[in-house]
Amino acid sequence: MPSIDLSIQLTGLELENPTILAAGILGTTGASLKRIAGEGAGAVVTKSIGSEPKEGHPNPTMLKLDCGFLNAMGLPNPSFKDFREELTIASEGGVPVIVSVFGAYPDEFAEIITGLEGASAYELNVSCPHASGYGTVVGTDPVLVEEITRAAKQTTDAPVWVKLTPNVTDIVGIGEAASRGGADAVVAINTVRAMAIDIHSGYPILGNLYGGLSGPAVRPVAVKCIYDLYEALDIPVIGVGGIGSWQDAVEMMMAGASAIQVGSAVYDNVNIFSEITNGLSAYLEANDYCWYDITGLAHRKVGL
Amino acid sequence: MLVRHNRTCPQEGGTVRPVNAVITKIVRETPTIITLRTDIELDATPGQFVMVWIRGLDEIPMAVSHPGSITVQRVGKATEALSRLDVGDSVGIRGPFGNGFEVKGEGEGKGNKIMIIAGGVGGAPLLPLAQQARSRGLDITTLIGARTADELLFEKHFSKYGALSIATDDGSKGYHGFITGAMDQFNLAGFDQFYICGPELMMKSVLDILQAAGLEAMAQLSLHRYFKCGIGVCGACTIDPSGLRVCRDGPVLSGDLLIKSELGKYHRDATGKKITF
Repeated sequence: MPSIDLSIQLTGLELENPTILAAGILGTTGASLKRIAGEGAGAVVTKSIGSEPKEGHPNPTMLKLDCGFLNAMGLPNPSFKDFREELTIASEGGVPVIVSVFGAYPDEFAEIITGLEGASAYELNVSCPHASGYGTVVGTDPVLVEEITRAAKQTTDAPVWVKLTPNVTDIVGIGEAASRGGADAVVAINTVRAMAIDIHSGYPILGNLYGGLSGPAVRPVAVKCIYDLYEALDIPVIGVGGIGSWQDAVEMMMAGASAIQVGSAVYDNVNIFSEITNGLSAYLEANDYCWYDITGLAHRKVGL
Repeated sequence: MLVRHNRTCPQEGGTVRPVNAVITKIVRETPTIITLRTDIELDATPGQFVMVWIRGLDEIPMAVSHPGSITVQRVGKATEALSRLDVGDSVGIRGPFGNGFEVKGEGEGKGNKIMIIAGGVGGAPLLPLAQQARSRGLDITTLIGARTADELLFEKHFSKYGALSIATDDGSKGYHGFITGAMDQFNLAGFDQFYICGPELMMKSVLDILQAAGLEAMAQLSLHRYFKCGIGVCGACTIDPSGLRVCRDGPVLSGDLLIKSELGKYHRDATGKKITF
């Protein structure tokens, strides 16, 4: 058990610790989400849920590369109607359950949120880099991001987080649009558009031909995005992208993250949440910091 | 070349991209099942699987049946495409993945008597298990079942490793009926470990019989679920109520865990929706 208290308040939610399971990872079923809650996650985010059942892209859907992971799952989900039961089971895990929602237009987001009422919060996926008509197509348009965020806020009293894509010229502009729409937090970053080709045959390896890169390779990209978003926004930034250790989490915090999400790193260890929490606890204690001291510390150092 | 993986973390040091595997030999096992031998070394633990990429079409999990070999039954588009390949053609292979069977017992005293129960193409991951058990000097009894005599898989192979019992649905060879009926002739309590793979409802029936005899904790079953990533990250193959990942925590899971699970009740399709058996 962590020796010091790591509990945080995040957009009105009480988290026992600042580690959150990222969307799209081990979030297909309520039982899986419950298991990760049991592994020490402070909160869990579901697989992105849409308005209609979707099989996703053909396999291969995920590859482990030397520098990270490349995936193009293609937003597979059973639709919000068939996910209600999973949400109920996930809630038995005893930690906040955030439903990730994807859609093409504001009303679709609102419909799904209404259909899955009762979640602790909603994370709007306007950033999946490889599903046609959704995700990045939506998330690179600040006007649409603002409208979708506003529609979500008008639909629910629960906190609304907006997950941003790094596949834009200026992520801050999109973050500001989310903030104007009433977002309670932004989550940065989704995967970075990427591709791998089989040199034996010339075929792109992913069934979708291209996908999104996660894991260690994208962490420095995420740190910069979070640094910039923290500078510009008044709402919390939740950091995600390649975190695999407590040191990575501390770096993300110092860039400006109020909490962090862990995705691909479950590959090495599903117990990663407890591991990070234990490491953070020891680090904070050794340096006589509290969690809130280190969020954005890099900015304060530069400003001195 | 693929590297050796240990049991606890089989993916560590695993290939990062599909390895090019050229087919060197095709063995017609039954009218619907073939074995593809390839030029790569696949040093897998019995029960581990590989993700086989048919370029431009799909990637599917397949059990490793011999070193460097997979055994395929035509059941859908991807396996149909595999069945049409010729010697010299190639596929991409990632793996081996998953935990594999645990061979208990050392050939002396307690723990040395095992039963292998294989239904249809379920014999594929069990053949290397039988070989390993034999090399350790274990006493092996194998039950294989199929719809009809033609479809019995690895009959000769299994008979080399110990006693063999056969069941066919149509009675064309051995016991006339399901494999569960052929289990009646044995004193199940005399066995120390049961290794099972086959159609899910068959495995459920076998497990129910073992449970009735209080032996479910001594069973290891290899499960089939819809895999996407194959490496334990996406969550598509997690089972209820444990949330365990069949591709990573399995595919071999113990009977006492599965008796309280979704086994034989439902599985999930590509969308994650439950499909009842």
